[in-house]
Amino acid sequence: MTVATRRSETDDVVESTPEEPGRSGRTEGRPEGREIEARVGWRYTLREVGRDPTAMAGLLVVGVMTAMAVFATVDAVVFASLARFEVFARVGVRQYWIAETLWVSPIAEPSPRLLPPVGMENQFGRGTWAHPLGTDDRGRDILARIVYGSRIAIQVGIVSTLLGLVGGVLVGAVAGYYGDLVDDALMRAVETLYAIPFLVLVLAVMAAFGRNLTFAILGVGIASIPTFARLIRSRVLSVREADYVEAARAAGVRDRNIIRRHVVPNSFAPVLVQATLQVGYSIIVVAGLSFLGFGAQPPTPSWGQMLSVSKDYMIQNVWFSIWPGLAILVTVVGFNVFGDGLRDALDPRLQNE
Amino acid sequence: MTAPLLEVENLRTRFHTPDGVVRAVDGISFTVREGEIVGLVGESGAGKSVAGASLLRLVEDPGRIVGGEVTFKGETLVGFPDGRAEAGDGSGDDADDRWRDDVLSAEAIRRRIRGREIAIIFQDPMESLNPVFTVGGQLREFIELNRGLTQGRARELAVDMLREVGIPEAEDRYDDYPHEFSGGMRQRVLIAMALACEPSLVIADEPTTALDVTVEGQILELVADLQAKYDTSFLWITHDMGVVAEICDRVNVMYLGEIVEQADVDDLFYDTSHPYTEALLDSIPRPDRPVDELDPIAGIMPEAIEPPDGCRFHTRCPDARAVCTEINPDCRPLDDAGRPHRAACLKHESVFGAGYRESDPIENEAAGGFDVGRTEEGTDD
Repeated sequence: MTVATRRSETDDVVESTPEEPGRSGRTEGRPEGREIEARVGWRYTLREVGRDPTAMAGLLVVGVMTAMAVFATVDAVVFASLARFEVFARVGVRQYWIAETLWVSPIAEPSPRLLPPVGMENQFGRGTWAHPLGTDDRGRDILARIVYGSRIAIQVGIVSTLLGLVGGVLVGAVAGYYGDLVDDALMRAVETLYAIPFLVLVLAVMAAFGRNLTFAILGVGIASIPTFARLIRSRVLSVREADYVEAARAAGVRDRNIIRRHVVPNSFAPVLVQATLQVGYSIIVVAGLSFLGFGAQPPTPSWGQMLSVSKDYMIQNVWFSIWPGLAILVTVVGFNVFGDGLRDALDPRLQNE
Repeated sequence: MTAPLLEVENLRTRFHTPDGVVRAVDGISFTVREGEIVGLVGESGAGKSVAGASLLRLVEDPGRIVGGEVTFKGETLVGFPDGRAEAGDGSGDDADDRWRDDVLSAEAIRRRIRGREIAIIFQDPMESLNPVFTVGGQLREFIELNRGLTQGRARELAVDMLREVGIPEAEDRYDDYPHEFSGGMRQRVLIAMALACEPSLVIADEPTTALDVTVEGQILELVADLQAKYDTSFLWITHDMGVVAEICDRVNVMYLGEIVEQADVDDLFYDTSHPYTEALLDSIPRPDRPVDELDPIAGIMPEAIEPPDGCRFHTRCPDARAVCTEINPDCRPLDDAGRPHRAACLKHESVFGAGYRESDPIENEAAGGFDVGRTEEGTDD
């Protein structure tokens, strides 16, 4: 570690008398140069997560799913909008361009329906490598639809969590920092949201604004504001008393900059953990909404909607149900496990090494 | 003599707690002139830090400045309209309508005075830097905000300041986090931050208390050097008479929210005129007086919620007499020799003429036998 060694070289130059050990913090440079780890910062957190194999597995799942979603978004959404321009359309850019060139379109219906995965057989025929996970009720490739369905899942999870996080952090930090009347007003408002069951609130938002994916995301975002607001407020209450906040006030920093630069960054660790857990939860909720028919509309592939359609074909081809269910399960568990690992890394009290 | 840089008149700050009103600062007056280091000394709980915070109107709820006037460079930071000095209405210190018309608004104080003209160095260097940003980044941002410089220029200046306060390899340390600095180094950074905008006055709130003695010495030396270079005035808040002797030009001694003695530093040590100051000096080792045993100050400081009647120190004062329980002396000049030596003690009969000599000594903690806790007579319960 470069930091520790640099300290031990420089310390004796100025502080000609060695300081009393222990008085000056953990990272005090010592002449023997024993490496002492910094216990804050991104590098430390990532290294700590790296030591935890479960958390790494979670991170892997999150990474693969996110990569898949980014790829699917480019292929489905970006190409669809580019195709509207003559220049790109002439080159051949169209929705699901990559998928169709390399593999098979997730929305085309070219194959025998309800085929089982490769190597298995049912009344509709034998699984082939052309459709490794089988086909759905309209003969569409399940693997392709799972891959492209990740776009909806990840987008929903991340966007709605970001909405809830930004809203919650704003409300919670302001309430906690100013206290008194501001605190009372904001937190009572937030608790009103908390009193309404999650799913009911989301359905209410969709009933008010419209029955589509955008408002499902908005609804889940709004419904998750209270969790974030309460979480950060409790941290802010202690951080606002910190000397560096007092010092910033004494230096004439504006309140909004104190909140932005000093209060929120120092209260953020639990929020970050909650956010990763919330992503998983949002994915489940929106998959549930899609299952109920709210959310992404056909033919756009989404896991919840695949699950919903497949329930009528469970007897004929059970794999049609298993794959999207498994996709949801793996993604959500991935986010949760990663969130747990992150919490362990960020909370020094949980360390037992 | 030109007008003083900072003039504090009869400043009063109170805390409205559920247990009662704490008179943390109860009518203190002092001045700081340009290029001077003025000490504000007293035990824990004497109101020193609150006094410092009051100057910049940084007192937080439930604390409120309730009276007095603070003038800095001809501008009024604290002032009350006539007849409303004790205004106990519900609005906080930031509500501008509490103040007299010529008092700077909260916004102006924040923008023009805090950090730019009057900077504060806090007691605990370990906690006064934001742990999530690099030291250099914090210093740079502070300079950028207060001096309106570009990022690049502010960075250069930040590195210069770090070098100035004796951080070796300042360029490299710029990107280190506060936890990578030792306590003494962090205090250097805070001093750099305080001086970065070349303020006229620095309020140093026990800046060396959390450091060990060798580092304290280095920091005091550094401050003395920088003070000579920038000609900054300091208000040095401390409880350490040794530091006072080392660094201050003039000293104000505080007890229970009041200033009990005001003197040049030499007069304070060699012509001590208040029993409290004497007691303070007796409780520390002094190189100029051989002592076998140190005398702690008898008793404990009474609560500022119900300060004793009469002289506030009479419950612990070895010289206390009956008259001291009745009259609370103000801080008066002791002689006409032009020395700015003031004390608030009735034993200076020629100045106060309160009949101290005829009065009977009273029994209190300092009189022996009652040195633990408070006595009934002492508090007038």
